[in-house]
Amino acid sequence: MIRDVLLVARKDLRLEWRSRVGVGQVLPFALLCVLLFAFALDVDRGVLQEATSGLFWVVVLFATVLVVQRAFAIEADDGVLDALRLSGLAPSAVYLGKVVAITVELLALEVVLWLAVAVLYDTTLRGWGLLAATVVLATLGAAAAGATYGVVGLRLRGAETLLPLLLLPLLAPVLIGATSASDVALGRSAGPGWPWAAMLGIFSGVYLLLGSVLFRPLMEDP
Amino acid sequence: MTIDPTPVAPVAPPVDVSPSGRRPAPTSTSSRATRILGALSLAGIVALAVFGLAITPPDAQLGETIRILYMHVPTVSAAYVAFIVTAVGSVLYLWKRSEFWDLLAASSAEVGVLFFALTIFNGMLWGKITWGVFWRWEPRLTTTTVLFLTYLGYLAVRRIPTSVRTRATVSAVIGILAVVNIPITHKAVDWWRGLHQEKTIFGTVDPEMQGTQLFTAYLGLTVFLLLFAWLVIHRFRLAWLTERAEERSLDDAIAARRAEGVEEVAP
Repeated sequence: MIRDVLLVARKDLRLEWRSRVGVGQVLPFALLCVLLFAFALDVDRGVLQEATSGLFWVVVLFATVLVVQRAFAIEADDGVLDALRLSGLAPSAVYLGKVVAITVELLALEVVLWLAVAVLYDTTLRGWGLLAATVVLATLGAAAAGATYGVVGLRLRGAETLLPLLLLPLLAPVLIGATSASDVALGRSAGPGWPWAAMLGIFSGVYLLLGSVLFRPLMEDP
Repeated sequence: MTIDPTPVAPVAPPVDVSPSGRRPAPTSTSSRATRILGALSLAGIVALAVFGLAITPPDAQLGETIRILYMHVPTVSAAYVAFIVTAVGSVLYLWKRSEFWDLLAASSAEVGVLFFALTIFNGMLWGKITWGVFWRWEPRLTTTTVLFLTYLGYLAVRRIPTSVRTRATVSAVIGILAVVNIPITHKAVDWWRGLHQEKTIFGTVDPEMQGTQLFTAYLGLTVFLLLFAWLVIHRFRLAWLTERAEERSLDDAIAARRAEGVEEVAP
């Protein structure tokens, strides 16, 4: 099982390494968002510093939509989905492999994005333990929910434009939890931060479980 | 072969004989049971309006705005019932693979979205009177709006043209994911607004409501659950007939093409 998961994840990451879609398209888009927020919100009144965590996580959610779309677009052509079905891999292994690959790609993007907001929004990164836990758990949750919806887009032709509408309301708790926990880590708000991280962990656990179970009907249905 | 000597009364030709020879479909989605259910819910709405607007006294704390709650609480409750029905239908579809559960889930979600829209609307009216603005980030109202958008996504998925089976499978999965998100969103939004406790719609209702107020509250709940059942049954039958009509038009088209072929071959 773990071998299969890693097999799928390695395949996806190798494809990303060779095509550089994430590095060449999604990452520049995310950085563009960081700029656009600066244009939209007054740069001289400290709004950006105040809102750093929230803006950061909104950008991550947008990037998640793109990365998920890409992760399943590579399965769409030439009957790859059928090949995957026939490969003998358990659907849950395919799902978890996708989740791992999406998580790794998003984590790489987030590292660059944190550096960008630290510099451009004049934010000092601290509270490393909580920040790291938040980043990992929120990303895992977004990837877990995203991978389930990604295959929906694959099954329904013309549903690509629907992915944001399906995915983003579901990720509202992730945005709330990740922003609040990051605010605490960065010292922007008082109060306990770890309960938020725990909520993100529960979210990830629930959707990993659901995704593993529900991926089979999504993938195997004629 | 014997010939029956008794003259046979001429049989009236069917009103609508389709090329595939199918019988005409029913022209209505109502039955005796739904007519009774409909009459009960309509009478109930009238009674609720009379009790809610005229007979009950204004609340000690909420004043006249409590009258909005006689509708607000029932609409939101019926919506949650609707989404639970959708989730149950979705699970049973994936298990049994029967059209019934798929269409029930879909019909229930549609009525649920309608009730959620009503909830947000009458919640905003309450807000305008109580807070002076239509919108504040009151936890319940915020949660309702997020979930409303989630289920709009569910309905949008159902409108994408694809095979019946794929549509049913995909929407069943979304119906399950969405219902699991309800408690998580609730908790997250509650915590998010935790430091900004303000007058909320549910937080201020007197727990010791009694007399006509209590009666009206329960009357509203009953009426809207009846209304929900009535609407879902009709919506389900309509969805069922739509499926039959699509099958039939396909059969008719095939039969018509076949008939053309026979005409061409015939001398």
